Amino acid sequence: MILILAFGFWALAWGLNVAAANGPMRRSRAVRVMVPVLFGATLLVMWEAICRAGLVEPVVLPAPSAIAAKIAASPEILWADFVQTVLKGALSGFLIGTGAAMVVAVICDRVPFLRAGLLPVGNFVAALPIIGLAPILVTWFGFGWQSKAAVVVAMVFFPMLVNVVAGLASAERMQRDLMATWGASYGQSLWKLRLPAAMPFVFNGLKIAASLALIGAIVAEYFGSPVFGMGFRISTAAGVMNLELVWAEIAVAALAGSAFYGLIALIEAGVTFWHPSQRN
Amino acid sequence: MKDTLNIAPPVIEAEALDLVFQTADGPVQALKDVNLSIGKGDFVSFIGPSGCGKTTFLRCIAALEHPTAGRLTVNGMTPDEARRKRAYGYVFQAAGLYPWRTIAGNIRLPLEIMGFSKAEQTQRVERVLDLVDLSGFGKKFPWQLSGGMQQRASIARALAFDADILLMDEPFGALDEIVRDRLNEELLKLWARTGKTIGFVTHSIPEAVYLSTKIVVMSPRPGRITDVIDSPLPRERPLDIRDSSQFIEIAHRVREGLRAGHGDEV
Repeated sequence: MILILAFGFWALAWGLNVAAANGPMRRSRAVRVMVPVLFGATLLVMWEAICRAGLVEPVVLPAPSAIAAKIAASPEILWADFVQTVLKGALSGFLIGTGAAMVVAVICDRVPFLRAGLLPVGNFVAALPIIGLAPILVTWFGFGWQSKAAVVVAMVFFPMLVNVVAGLASAERMQRDLMATWGASYGQSLWKLRLPAAMPFVFNGLKIAASLALIGAIVAEYFGSPVFGMGFRISTAAGVMNLELVWAEIAVAALAGSAFYGLIALIEAGVTFWHPSQRN
Repeated sequence: MKDTLNIAPPVIEAEALDLVFQTADGPVQALKDVNLSIGKGDFVSFIGPSGCGKTTFLRCIAALEHPTAGRLTVNGMTPDEARRKRAYGYVFQAAGLYPWRTIAGNIRLPLEIMGFSKAEQTQRVERVLDLVDLSGFGKKFPWQLSGGMQQRASIARALAFDADILLMDEPFGALDEIVRDRLNEELLKLWARTGKTIGFVTHSIPEAVYLSTKIVVMSPRPGRITDVIDSPLPRERPLDIRDSSQFIEIAHRVREGLRAGHGDEV
């Protein structure tokens, strides 16, 4: 019975989305928001129905309602884990790593010798499996959030560096020649031409770093942490088959990650409004 | 005749100028034994097929390239000194406006770099926008304007800091004939109003003859000057002067010069 209802909902949502996406309103903001939301809602309804119909064991895949109930029942745990992992580990590592990469990129740009020497080393370090590095960093920096931030720094630094270096080189020849004809100093041409021209690359780097940061902070906790933190909770809860809690942590992580990514994309749209990819 | 009577020192003077580029395929002689003297207020066109060194010579004047032999002075200084003294405005083939700045912001950019006061910046931007007929477009972004308007904005930018010399490298090359005619006419008016010395690279014979007081014909491999024509046309030039016999005569001489330059190598 419940499956039939779910399939009915599916058919209805499908029909609605097809109509909306092809209808006269398809360019409106409301439709563009509604279509993916309806699609996501359909997935949740189908998931719930399959679980309720007993087609999968709750231990394998808990129903969304069960996960939601778990989230509602344990806000203190989730909040403490969120602060520890996202705010302390991921965010501080993200800020330190990307900030340092910006500074090093500008120095590399100024000193060609460094660019030639540092970038290959950077590529090599970026190729190292970070998971292998994590236990080492935990022994260096302890069980607290500092070691997680260190893992995140190691993960985001080089993708960001490579992007910013490429961005600083992206100003066109003619635009640089113009700066030369005005007798601009290195600093003036960096500030008024090369950095603005690099912004699309900088934001690419930031978006890549944002997703890496969350992964790094969570996974690093598997190798040692205080008795809270999202990675710690996921690994211990999974060990005692408390899968609702694992899923609740995953839901929080997904929400935090999306919100962070969305925030960066929003700032990007404001800063690089002039770039062809952002004009509409 | 006019040149011999002229006692004012030349604004740009080149003597036995050579420039050899080292490329992967061996050395390429971009300029060979170039001698030229440009007086104050001249409108000089450089015309020739691609590879004849006309753009390279203009870039040498602007100190964007450096000759390997010979002597080149701009306002009596080396090109590098002249560049640091902001002796010239340079207009490239494409507008090269910075897309993150408005039209007014783009024109203000060289003024910011040169340290003009805020009030002076605003006043100058207004004035040159008006000069190129773009008043009211200052708040637009470059990509919101047509190619012709963008190129006019880039000319305004080169005029904003009021250098005595204006160097233009095929500034209207990418524009259609109608827009080009209009901009040529406007450029002449601007030249008459400001009295600037203009160096203008083109590959269009009518454009060169219509605009210039002096036409420098160049030919390639190695890049060199084959003819320098002092135009007898009056400074005041309506568009229909291009149908006069005098105009056609000069155009003919330019064409002959270009053909002779080509004859050497075949």
